[in-house]
Amino acid sequence: MTTDPTPHQVASRPRMWTRIRESDIGYSFFRSPFAMVAAAVTVAFLLAAALAPWIAPYNPFDPAQVSLWDGKLPPSFAGGDERYFLGTDNQGRDLWSTILYGGRLSIIIGLAAVFFGMTLGVVLGVVAGYLGGWVDTLIMRVADVQLTIPGILVAILINGVGQIMLPQELRAEFSVYVVIFAIGLSDWPQFARVTRGAALVEKEREYVQAARVIGLPGWLIMWRHVLPNVLRPVLVLATIGLALAIIAEATLSFLGQGVPPTTPSLGTLIRVGQEFMFSGLWWIAFFPALTLVILVFAVNLLGDWMRDALNPKLR
Amino acid sequence: MFSFILRRLLQSVLVMAAVSALSFSLFNFVGDPVNNMVGQEASPEDRQNIRDALGLDDPILVQYVRFLGNAVQGDFGLSYRSKQDVSDMILERLPATLELVAVSAVIALVIGVVAGVYTGIRRDSWLSRSILSVSLVGVSLPTFIIGIGLIYLFAVYLRLLPSSGRAGVTDLGFWRTSFLTVDGWRAIILPALTLSLFQTTMILRLVRSEMLEVMRTDYIKFARARGLSDRAINFTHALRNTLVPVVTIIGLNIGGLIAFSIITETVFQWPGTGLLFIQAVEFADVPVMAAYLMFVALMFVIVNLIVDILYVSIDPRIRIGSS
Amino acid sequence: MDLLDIKNLDVVFPTRRGTVHAAQGVSLTVAPGEVLGLVGESGAGKSTIGNAIMDLLEPPGYVGAGEIVFQGTDLRTLDADQMRRVRGRKIGMIFQDPQTSLNPLLTIGEQLIESIRNSLDMTEADAKQRAIQMLGDVGITEAEARLKSYPHQFSGGMRQRVVIALALSGDPDLIIADEPTTALDVSIQKQILDLIKRLCRERQLGVILVTHDIGVIAEIADRVCVMYRGRVVETGQTAQVLGAPNHEYTKSLIAAVPRADMRLERFASVDYIEGGEAAGRKIDIRTHWLGAARADATEPEETLTVENLNLSFVLEKSFFKSKRRMLKAVDNVSFSIRQGETFGLVGESGSGKSTVARIVAGLYKQDSGTVRLLGRDVKGSWSDPAERDVRRRLQMIFQDPFSSLNARLTVMDIVAEPIRFHKLTSSEAETKQIVQDLLDHVGLGAQAAIRYPHEFSGGQRQRISIARALASRPRVLICDEPTSALDVSIQAQILNLLKDLQAELNLTMLFISHDLPVIRQMCDRVAVMKQGQIVELTETEALFDAPTHAYSQSLIAQMPRMDLLEPV
Repeated sequence: MTTDPTPHQVASRPRMWTRIRESDIGYSFFRSPFAMVAAAVTVAFLLAAALAPWIAPYNPFDPAQVSLWDGKLPPSFAGGDERYFLGTDNQGRDLWSTILYGGRLSIIIGLAAVFFGMTLGVVLGVVAGYLGGWVDTLIMRVADVQLTIPGILVAILINGVGQIMLPQELRAEFSVYVVIFAIGLSDWPQFARVTRGAALVEKEREYVQAARVIGLPGWLIMWRHVLPNVLRPVLVLATIGLALAIIAEATLSFLGQGVPPTTPSLGTLIRVGQEFMFSGLWWIAFFPALTLVILVFAVNLLGDWMRDALNPKLR
Repeated sequence: MFSFILRRLLQSVLVMAAVSALSFSLFNFVGDPVNNMVGQEASPEDRQNIRDALGLDDPILVQYVRFLGNAVQGDFGLSYRSKQDVSDMILERLPATLELVAVSAVIALVIGVVAGVYTGIRRDSWLSRSILSVSLVGVSLPTFIIGIGLIYLFAVYLRLLPSSGRAGVTDLGFWRTSFLTVDGWRAIILPALTLSLFQTTMILRLVRSEMLEVMRTDYIKFARARGLSDRAINFTHALRNTLVPVVTIIGLNIGGLIAFSIITETVFQWPGTGLLFIQAVEFADVPVMAAYLMFVALMFVIVNLIVDILYVSIDPRIRIGSS
Repeated sequence: MDLLDIKNLDVVFPTRRGTVHAAQGVSLTVAPGEVLGLVGESGAGKSTIGNAIMDLLEPPGYVGAGEIVFQGTDLRTLDADQMRRVRGRKIGMIFQDPQTSLNPLLTIGEQLIESIRNSLDMTEADAKQRAIQMLGDVGITEAEARLKSYPHQFSGGMRQRVVIALALSGDPDLIIADEPTTALDVSIQKQILDLIKRLCRERQLGVILVTHDIGVIAEIADRVCVMYRGRVVETGQTAQVLGAPNHEYTKSLIAAVPRADMRLERFASVDYIEGGEAAGRKIDIRTHWLGAARADATEPEETLTVENLNLSFVLEKSFFKSKRRMLKAVDNVSFSIRQGETFGLVGESGSGKSTVARIVAGLYKQDSGTVRLLGRDVKGSWSDPAERDVRRRLQMIFQDPFSSLNARLTVMDIVAEPIRFHKLTSSEAETKQIVQDLLDHVGLGAQAAIRYPHEFSGGQRQRISIARALASRPRVLICDEPTSALDVSIQAQILNLLKDLQAELNLTMLFISHDLPVIRQMCDRVAVMKQGQIVELTETEALFDAPTHAYSQSLIAQMPRMDLLEPV
């Protein structure tokens, strides 16, 4: 043994921030104004969702703070009441506060559904791709059959069945979880397909072969070697998937299948507001819809940029 | 080639078998069928009679086979809610949905492919950039918001087009079409546009990215090195190769149109199968749900078989094995 | 008069890390009926020259300065449309990979006729006649019938002939061939080079042949330009440049080329090329952890024995067993490797040599036959502790340095993985120390441990792979084409490293390669494989001096002649 002073500490890594800026993805990010704006908007939405109870001027779920006499007031800048910036809905709830709470619910459901679908899909995809054989056939056949039925229909179906199976008195309470479950379950085949495809490629690469020659067991190779290397396309898919999940939740709620009007998400608000649209009360549906579109657009923009930035072939 | 088609056919049968099993299991998941049919006040004897009549005490596999046999003959039983024959209900509403989907598919394909090819070839022109930005907005707009927006603009504000329902329908005996009258077309424009917008943008972006992919290949570079014109390179070489993956995914997307028609039909109160389905879900009308599910899967399988045949005619590597 | 005269050509690629000069002040000439070899290692800028002539540089690259005078006209003064008429009609181009150069959806007849009619104003019928004649010229029999075939119905060599026919379809005066034989086997390489040479002479074509392979140059080029880092460092007649190089770089390069005509103890050390060994400290094997395994006296004389190995792959699945198409990848293969010996497996692509290596390494499971490693029958299970201990002692070095390392792990974690997994040390501190020692010993320097694989060049990555293999304290090393993805100068360094390690650790090696000169330099004994079978197994020197099997004889005969090289 030598007496060198622990040589692995001799050189220090460049600082984290510099490394991010210098990396290809960081470089692309800081040169793309759209990506930066999209990221800023997305972060703002996430913050608003997290902090909704503290930044909302009213609590729309507290009957003491809601008065029917204040119902259907237009936004303050369109001749409405000073107290209600974006006006009020038909029940007299402050629209701005309702949107903050509704957006919070939409985002939570979207994130949870994507996380659920992604975890399921990635695990099954890696296992199918790496193990191959009948496991692969089984998993991918199930995915194929599910892909025969478009995602939104699967979500409606699972959600419908789920709600019916719950006892009447628990439906309102558990509807959020049913929606998350339904959207997540409708989502997994996409993740499984992409992950399996990537895992098939990685499995043939020589670092995986080397790990096998070293003697690592299959589960460890999947976890340590295959999984981290298939996450790039999954990340892109998850971002676009978040946009789609938020849309799916809004659609379910709009169809009256999602969360109940007592705890409205953006979709529920639009559903309720739509009825008043033709009688001139445009703001009740318009502002929730605008919020939804901006949120989804920002997330999509981010996903779109990510797909280009993470695709080495396009550089 | 025949083995390829045969294999696909076999796969389709498997898919249908799996979906039918799923549909069948709905009956067992969702409540007690007898309750659904006769209500709470029926006597135990009546219940048992119905159970016997429906064969609910038979082994599950026997029940499934019976369900399958009936389904193949187009018999899905009676709706729990309206007590009508489910097949009749679906068949009655089928033309409305299929016409809506057909018009949307044509819009999505024509605009999607043309714009996709254009943005793929002229990737840096301002028009391409604008088309791409607009398409991203298109992906971000939920179908129902598009629908509401179009209704507000064209029906409420401009008063140019009807806001809901089907109109000007001509009964051909076996088919009720809205294609033969101006009113029919006026009524179908808004829902069809609404339904097609998302798919248009998907197809556009797909065609574009595949086109860019093909443009990077060696054979395109080689064609350029032989001095072929841009026209020949873009259309004889690039476009055909782009079509191979595009055709497959378009098959999937047309299946998607049928599902999204649920939303469009709800927004526009379009009397199609989607509206029927969403009402069935609301009232736990299992026979209608099951039949609709199998109908969607069948449509998907048919579309994809057509796609497979197209695929074979485009790609010689499948048509002719290597020697 | 010269056909092409390039003067002071600069090609510039602006990147975000500054401007890269892919070519700087390049001047060269080509005469009709002459093959000019443009040789250099990766990054030398040799392909850039061809693309610049054709005005086909990948954006954002552009020609910064200089003249490209072709038949008296500077091509840089032409507009896009005029340039398009030069391509195909005046200058043709052949690409490296025949698998991807042809449009898969069109028959070769359609592609040929389209090209012919595009360049030469002809009727469909005349163009068809010409297409048939062209295919005949490039050596494709039954040309008329083959017009209706699609590219996937041709073999690799035949496809490259079609590519050449396409490049010639517009009757050009200059051909730029960019690595035209790199993707092909040696026997096919010879045929394609002969074809290019014949066409060059018959049609008085000028040919620029871009290659990294000195053997190809020796075979075909009349004159040579040697490029290094975007500059031409030496130009001259082939015999002079290869036999008596003037420039230091050329000397280094030529010295690094594996000789097919004699065996040398080591490759000459290449000092002109960067990215080689860090002036690292070497560990003392006798006292070090790594050398501890060496002293094992119980090692049997026959370290690795393979008996009657068989393995078939399913080529085409079918529901019916009789309709399944099987490929016999390994057909009754037996050999035995002695302790401390390097045993070579040589053959063309598809001969099954890599499959044998993978069976031995436990990556594939054989249909039948036995693998005996260090005196123990290996059944292919990792759960049996005794077998695991034996299998750990066999490690493998792979071909592609860019895929053989997990990009998400640091070099430390990559190299330490076998040590940690098999618990070969008593503490994490010791593990880290050993990894640093190993990295030092393979010539990377201990600093490498904290970095990620993408920060290293191909040769350096191969050193990391070697360090990882050593971390299992192996007794047997399988090298599967360990240098075929590397430049010759780097190859020489890696092969020297392997030789040193083998001597120090008394390792047994199974060395797989398609490259006969490399085999001659590395192996004591060698087996020649063809279609899954061993056709000849003998001492390496005997194989090169007097091959007995007809296939070995043809392989040896088709090796590029290197007698132009200066005698050692």
